[in-house]
Amino acid sequence: MIRVENVSKTFFVPHEVKALDDVSCSVKRGEVVVIIGPSGSGKSTLLRCLNRLEYADTGHIYIDGVDVLDPKTDINKLRAEVGMVFQSFNLFPHKTVLENITLAQLIVRKRAKKEAIEKAMFLLEKVGIPEKANVYPDQLSGGQQQRVAIARALAMDPKVMLFDEPTSALDPEMIGEVLDVMKALAQEGMTMVVVTHEMGFAREAADRVIFMDHGKIVEVGTPEHFFTNPEHERTKLFLSQIL
Amino acid sequence: MAERKVVKRRNRHYFLWIGVFWGVLALGIGLLYFSTLKIEYVWRWYRVPQYFLYKANIEIRADIDGDVVSIKPRSSGVIVKVKGPSDSAEYTVPDQSYLRVQEGDHVFPGDIIGTYSKWKPGLLLVGLYTTLKVSIIGIIFGIFIGLVAGLARISENPAFKWWSIVYIEIIRGSPLLVQIFIWYFVLGTLINTLLAKQGLQQLPPIYYGVASLAFFAGAYVAEIVRAGIQSIHRGQMEAARSLGMTYSQAMRYVILPQAFRRILPPLAGQFISLIKDSSLLGIIAIRELTKATREIVTTSLQPFELWFICALLYLILTFGLSMLMQYLERRFIIT
Repeated sequence: MIRVENVSKTFFVPHEVKALDDVSCSVKRGEVVVIIGPSGSGKSTLLRCLNRLEYADTGHIYIDGVDVLDPKTDINKLRAEVGMVFQSFNLFPHKTVLENITLAQLIVRKRAKKEAIEKAMFLLEKVGIPEKANVYPDQLSGGQQQRVAIARALAMDPKVMLFDEPTSALDPEMIGEVLDVMKALAQEGMTMVVVTHEMGFAREAADRVIFMDHGKIVEVGTPEHFFTNPEHERTKLFLSQIL
Repeated sequence: MAERKVVKRRNRHYFLWIGVFWGVLALGIGLLYFSTLKIEYVWRWYRVPQYFLYKANIEIRADIDGDVVSIKPRSSGVIVKVKGPSDSAEYTVPDQSYLRVQEGDHVFPGDIIGTYSKWKPGLLLVGLYTTLKVSIIGIIFGIFIGLVAGLARISENPAFKWWSIVYIEIIRGSPLLVQIFIWYFVLGTLINTLLAKQGLQQLPPIYYGVASLAFFAGAYVAEIVRAGIQSIHRGQMEAARSLGMTYSQAMRYVILPQAFRRILPPLAGQFISLIKDSSLLGIIAIRELTKATREIVTTSLQPFELWFICALLYLILTFGLSMLMQYLERRFIIT
């Protein structure tokens, strides 16, 4: 489903940092992959390279056979197939919850208004807040906003969902409700790549865990292997610090 | 919502200072008045109203030599028919009572057939109307130019970006007065001469005046638009693009509606400036409010009253605009 081959990315602003250093990995259809690592390890950059929010300098990325880095690729078409959920939700504050979820359906997927609203209501039901359809995002709690953001991404019927630290900006009591939605999604067989610090989620929902540090993939493994029997010193150190 | 009683603790001398405020204001006005008496300036406020509205005498005069052969009342007025030895003419007088001739009278060219008086707008109203007109048209074009230039300014295309930078820097770096001269005496001469060579009608100065104001305001609007767009969090564009929207769709549906609310207040300030800047257009023979006032001052010799009135009229325009913008702001924040 996703294939990443020898991808590197260097940032020059504010100072030169090699965010990704020859990274290769792959994600199979229906797989849930969790990327963990200390801050600045390049995990968010890797995720953002997958739908070209960041343009990788070298290497190849294929999603469902489409070459992401090829300038001739219709990037908007590809992005419509790849849902993304952000740390800071990024809901459109001037639109209601319903409009947030229908906007891209109407103008990107060109769906009929009725169909888009039905889809939106179905998804709001699914994330558990159908009663909030007509309020504005700033009237919602962080957890509710993030669930709307997930519904907004799902409304495009994506093949892959990318989560960029979806719970990092939330108050502790709201993390659970967002993780529950994500777990349900994983059980339905959605292909997911999740950057997170929630080790509980990784242990419970992930098929594989990728540990990154300094722009490199240090270790890949199943959650059991990863949390009980890590091979690398760096992984052990990281786990000992956070668990 | 429950009423909350706001108890404000006031400074001990609060009312004293209110008194000081009004006192100093009155003192200033009093001193001004006193000094005008010293130089024996005679205030004649009663002369001002005629420059807003005045009763004009309208005379309908014959332009041929002949006899009044018939006077027929019609719905539009009274038709007076004059027949001379070689030609005839018809004159319309709005009402029977305005007539100064009878059937059978002989009239010479220049004789009065009818006379009446009618309320007409005075020079101040005409000037005010012109100022309002050039300002509104200037604002509309200024918004359009500013939006285009602002979007070009943040474009990654170097041609668009550099054009926009050059335009903004030239406009912001040179005096408006000079720009008006260039528009009228350079571009105006060029365009009008070329038009004349093609046998077309020339453009009146007001076109060049409006263009200079619109392009001047456009440069500032462009910077306001740019700042407004850049003030929207980067995540909004990313979220929109990650849903598969194109750059222009994201701009149109996500970024600009949000930026619009933020740029309304600085935009209001810019448009108030534009109204005031339109006072410079008098130098290219556009009779806007300031030029009209100057003309009246030369005939009436009452500069004090008229310049105060002129300032007051500008104040009414700018205050009206800022009220309108505040109304818009409230509306957009609620919805």
